Amino acid sequence: MRRSTFLATAAALVSTAYLTACGSPPSDLDLSLQHPSTQGQFVVTLEPPASGPVLGQIQTWRLRLSTRDGEPVSQARILFSGGMPQHGHGFPTQPRVTREVSPGVYMLEGVKFSMSGWWDMRLGLQAGDRTDTAVFNVVLDDGRLRR
Amino acid sequence: MKHLMRAAALALPLLTAFAFATTARPWTSAERATLSALHIGRLAAAPADPSNVVADRPEAVALGRRLFFDARLSANGRVSCASCHAPEQGFQDGRPVGEGLATGSRRTMPVPAAAHASWFFWDGRKDSLWSQALGPLEDAAEHGANRVQLVRLLAQAYRPDYEALFGPLPPLAGLPAAASPLGTAAEQAAWARLPEAQREAVDRAFANLGKAIAAYERTLTPGESRFDRYVAAVTGGRAEDEAQLSPAEVRGLRLFIGKAQCVSCHAGPLFSDQHFHNTGVPPRDPRRPDPGRAPAVARVQADPFNCLGRFSDASPEGCQELRFIADADPHMQSAFKTPGLRNVAGRAPYMHAGQFATLEQVIAHYVAAPDAALGHSELARVGHPHAERRPIALNDAEAADLAAFLRSLSGPVCERGRPC
Repeated sequence: MRRSTFLATAAALVSTAYLTACGSPPSDLDLSLQHPSTQGQFVVTLEPPASGPVLGQIQTWRLRLSTRDGEPVSQARILFSGGMPQHGHGFPTQPRVTREVSPGVYMLEGVKFSMSGWWDMRLGLQAGDRTDTAVFNVVLDDGRLRR
Repeated sequence: MKHLMRAAALALPLLTAFAFATTARPWTSAERATLSALHIGRLAAAPADPSNVVADRPEAVALGRRLFFDARLSANGRVSCASCHAPEQGFQDGRPVGEGLATGSRRTMPVPAAAHASWFFWDGRKDSLWSQALGPLEDAAEHGANRVQLVRLLAQAYRPDYEALFGPLPPLAGLPAAASPLGTAAEQAAWARLPEAQREAVDRAFANLGKAIAAYERTLTPGESRFDRYVAAVTGGRAEDEAQLSPAEVRGLRLFIGKAQCVSCHAGPLFSDQHFHNTGVPPRDPRRPDPGRAPAVARVQADPFNCLGRFSDASPEGCQELRFIADADPHMQSAFKTPGLRNVAGRAPYMHAGQFATLEQVIAHYVAAPDAALGHSELARVGHPHAERRPIALNDAEAADLAAFLRSLSGPVCERGRPC
């Protein structure tokens, strides 16, 4: 049951990604790369590659998962979805969490941005009995990460 | 008459001044950054292709150039790569759909700068330039050749150059005249009768033929256009050179990077995001709408000549695009690759099956934004209640300006190492 609920939630993330009205990105977007998951089960941090995102190149991001108390969360199952809410398309690749390199630190491989603009990165998270989701907004201006 | 001349002489500067006043709002720093990102100078060398170790070897370029123009690589001896990718037409054919041994179903794509893509053909069913080159050779509507015939030709006409690059060709003894897993029923039966080791040896030589052709194709790149000279003038502060573009073309450029939203997908120095989009282009045959990218994903994953296959020179780590291919994206239904726009004026008719004869018709399509025959168009329409993005609203004068701008993107095609 939990597994199917989790997967259903992750799938729903995809469809909700494209309902926002458009134009330039909303001015009140939360661009933080560290925040609690939607239901507060975890704290999630996304770390872009040291060189920053490069348009048109496949890159690896790091994902840190911890409890609200800062304890690393190991052996989590993490699904990724996302895309460009204002363009109605997903990522050009299917990024995946491929491995956990140290407790609570995961490699998110296959991330590629094909154009400047607003992208959302949506995560389905499952660790033991806890499931949650997390959403990050990334805005690229002429290929550079807006902070 | 003299009066008229004098009046005209007086009017000309006035007209010029008027035109200047209507177009000469200085570009903002953000706009200048956008313009710079489109400049040809931003085009780096073609990215390395780890699946093709000879990709940048001059001997492979020379061999590939000969093969590219050799019509013996066909069933009837009359179709070469250059038959459709004609150098004098920017390496395309100006037809709605390709014409080889028969009529194809999609528009011939231009070769220059193709090496910058991750996916090839309108649907991206190939993941390297060398693997792409193999497809038309055995397509019944294109070259109609078969891989055993082609390996025989390599042995007969290219053996020293081939073997210097790739090592020995497979022995021809015991090979039928024609055989391929993709050919006619007789060719398929002949292929099935070959021992596995012989099939692999033929496949390897066939793959190498593609790698040589790709090495040549990688040298082809678009050169400088009037647009590039204009951008260099704007960003370099040389106002006198800004006359490279007419006032109408500059207005079109403003639209291109502004409310016409073209630059969203036609981005970077090649004016393409190299990705796939459904923009509701009407199918050539309404009874059989083309599903585009969606079924091509499984095809490229199963292709024996893909980056992860045994004929690739890459390690799995060098096959990132294939490993992380988006294989469950519903937006890929009837999506087609964003074509680059350099030399677009010389490349009518337009879209993946030549559906539109003129640039004006293309622009009118983006403004009308009809529903897709298959899948869902990304475009928004005025008054559409579920629009995910702004409609592209242009009046007739703006559409004309935009078309004028697109005609400023013409320039030469250059071959690396040769004068351009």
